Amino acid sequence: MATNILMPALSPTMEQGKLAKWLKKEGDTVKSGDVLAEIETDKATMEVEAVDEGTLTKILVAEGTDNVAVNTPIAVIAAEGESADATPAAAATAPAVTKEDKGGEKPASVAKTAADAPVPASSIPAAPEVPPGTPMISMTVREALRDAMAEEMRRDGDVFVMGEEVAEYQGAYKVTQGLLQEFGAKRVIDTPITEHGFAGIGVGAAMAGLKPIVEFMTFNFAMQAIDQIINSAAKTLYMSGGQMGCPIVFRGPNGAAARVGAQHSQDYSAWYSQIPGLKVVAPYTAADFKGLLKSAIRDPNPVVFLENEILYGQSFDVPKLDDFTIPIGKARVHREGKDVTLVSFSIGMTYAIKAAAELEKEGISAEIIDLRTLRPMDTETVIRSVMKTGRCVTIEEGWPQNGIGAEVGMRIMENAFDYLDAPVIRITGKDVPMPYAANLEKLALPNIGEIVAAAKAVCYR
Amino acid sequence: MAVAPAKSTSAANKSTSAAKSKGSKPASAGSKSNSLKEFTREEELEAYRMMLLIRRFEEKAGQMYGMGLIGGFCHLYIGQEAVVVGMQMASRDKDQVITGYRDHGHMLACGMDPKGVMAELTGRRGGLSKGKGGSMHMFSKEKHFYGGHGIVGAQVSLGTGLAFASKYRGENSVSMTYFGDGAANQGQVYESFNMAELWKLPVVYVIENNRYAMGTAITRASAQTDFSKRGLSFNIPGEQVDGMDVRAVRDAANRAMEWCRSGNGPFILEMQTYRYRGHSMSDPAKYRSKEEVQKMRDEHDPIEQVRARLLRNKFATEDDLKQIDAKVRAIVAESAEFATHDPEPDASELWTDIVI
Repeated sequence: MATNILMPALSPTMEQGKLAKWLKKEGDTVKSGDVLAEIETDKATMEVEAVDEGTLTKILVAEGTDNVAVNTPIAVIAAEGESADATPAAAATAPAVTKEDKGGEKPASVAKTAADAPVPASSIPAAPEVPPGTPMISMTVREALRDAMAEEMRRDGDVFVMGEEVAEYQGAYKVTQGLLQEFGAKRVIDTPITEHGFAGIGVGAAMAGLKPIVEFMTFNFAMQAIDQIINSAAKTLYMSGGQMGCPIVFRGPNGAAARVGAQHSQDYSAWYSQIPGLKVVAPYTAADFKGLLKSAIRDPNPVVFLENEILYGQSFDVPKLDDFTIPIGKARVHREGKDVTLVSFSIGMTYAIKAAAELEKEGISAEIIDLRTLRPMDTETVIRSVMKTGRCVTIEEGWPQNGIGAEVGMRIMENAFDYLDAPVIRITGKDVPMPYAANLEKLALPNIGEIVAAAKAVCYR
Repeated sequence: MAVAPAKSTSAANKSTSAAKSKGSKPASAGSKSNSLKEFTREEELEAYRMMLLIRRFEEKAGQMYGMGLIGGFCHLYIGQEAVVVGMQMASRDKDQVITGYRDHGHMLACGMDPKGVMAELTGRRGGLSKGKGGSMHMFSKEKHFYGGHGIVGAQVSLGTGLAFASKYRGENSVSMTYFGDGAANQGQVYESFNMAELWKLPVVYVIENNRYAMGTAITRASAQTDFSKRGLSFNIPGEQVDGMDVRAVRDAANRAMEWCRSGNGPFILEMQTYRYRGHSMSDPAKYRSKEEVQKMRDEHDPIEQVRARLLRNKFATEDDLKQIDAKVRAIVAESAEFATHDPEPDASELWTDIVI
């Protein structure tokens, strides 16, 4: 029976790719393990291998085709003696085996639930910092982060990046792709797997006046280094009476990816945001990632810059400007509304945006505040919105106790109690370690239904 | 001769070669007393003055702690003076110094103002950290002193980072990173050793082995009590040094600093030393005998050794030394006076220096 070869996915985040090259042609005999084609994604090139032997009877997608969706049949292989004109529709399908060519990422990451799947970039308003009429260019969060680092490294020779697999491997999640080639091994430094040690070395280098960007493969691993982040980086300025600053950025993916279990899924937003002496940034759009990372690198203080693995591959419009920065400490009104304020940040924004669309259908106008920076927190923007709507729901993937939602709710009570028409409700990840099973993981995360229900509850509907 | 190594009765001033990986290893050079480079009159006097300043300063700090003028933790350096003084005699202007919480001696040896140090101990506005750091947290960019760190072992990674910055900028400075026998068992020390050797960073790891990590003797805490060997698996050369003899310290420091300055990467110096006082002011030091302490004071005191040589070599008379002592006491008295009467920080300081 003929077999359809399907467009493979390198990782669960990959939705489409380019069929770069066919290495076999129609009529060729192939055996298991033969490389049939090369496929490119935004972060890697990979080879498609045959899983069976037979004859490559038909190529269905020509080489050079962009945006081929994962699982699209790309070729047909017929077993010996079979008709060469087997049609794709009749053929059994077999996903091709892929072999990474230029490195890839750690296991992970597709949108975990429908709720955190990408929001169409066209529906997202530009950040208020972008001058009207600025031409925009679509890029992924991953590319925006890379460009931010590259621009700052061109601007200032004291800026360098260090971490595990940042150089030759091009980044575990390909965020540092190309930096080694442009800046060389002196400024793009592969470290051993030794978070505590290299975080301390970064802090020491910062105390001596350099401006390190320390990449953690994920913030889960930064727990090994948290003493240096807090005790050494955050507190030294105060303990030195203002003499000894620490201009450093700690960055990397934070929070849950997909199906990676409890140890690799923790959200540290609330942890770091509690620490005086740190600035903590957790953006959502590519433009905000770029503008805020540039600001973080220039900031004379230690900045914890929380990224999100699922957002890395999502595309947004980014202003085409030579030097675009966004100030740390400013929230943005992502969507204006009058009935209820939804406060979120980072990946939580995807939930908020979709919930707002649902609420719209039910006649509830939701205003969405994207905090962008968690410390210092822009209370004023939240309060201004709540004074208008009188109602608030907070949304985050992190745990409920002492979470960002708890903080936002308390600040509203302190500053706008009299404006509230209902108690604030927080929607958070559930108070459990992240389970592995797909259904349990989904249950552990926030969902749109919960947010919609909470928004209706505070509106008494 | 000085402190006996923990597992041996032999003299500590024999130098131990650790790593054998490099052909031109300097650590094989012996540092026996008879091969020591003798100090000139000026060097003896310089060492004497500075060690005495540290001794008298720390004695005063101890008194002031007893009077309730100094709060919290206060770790005195008495007995260990030759280590930092000998190291400083081998350093150049831009070399960086970083250490743990037993840091008063290092600050004085780096030339930081005794008044500022003492006023920091008393938590006053004239303290080097405006009274906001305390005993364990003082810094001076001007003197290239990077603290003063309260988390055991943290300064080892930080000091390695200072060396990273030196190399990145192409400066020829060396990071002198001090830590104790206790810190030498922390994991990040070895993470740092690995990267320092991997990247050939100019850092001298000065392990001040005073034989007790708080109350735990090295033999009860360390599987390998020869700390000069702690870099062995990273190919970092090391040397055991009589840390009670300032000449031995300076000699070893010269070798180690030269090793680093020549681009060879890190070097480990195990300074065999002894603290006369408890771990901190609240430690009655019941884990060792009075006799052990007394023997060390009587036979190996770093200051008495210099004093004896000054007199024996007729570099100074008793009167000269009395004058030095009087000057040192005056400096310390002035610091104590300042630190006692300087006002506490203004309440507004609570909210400054959190972020820039």
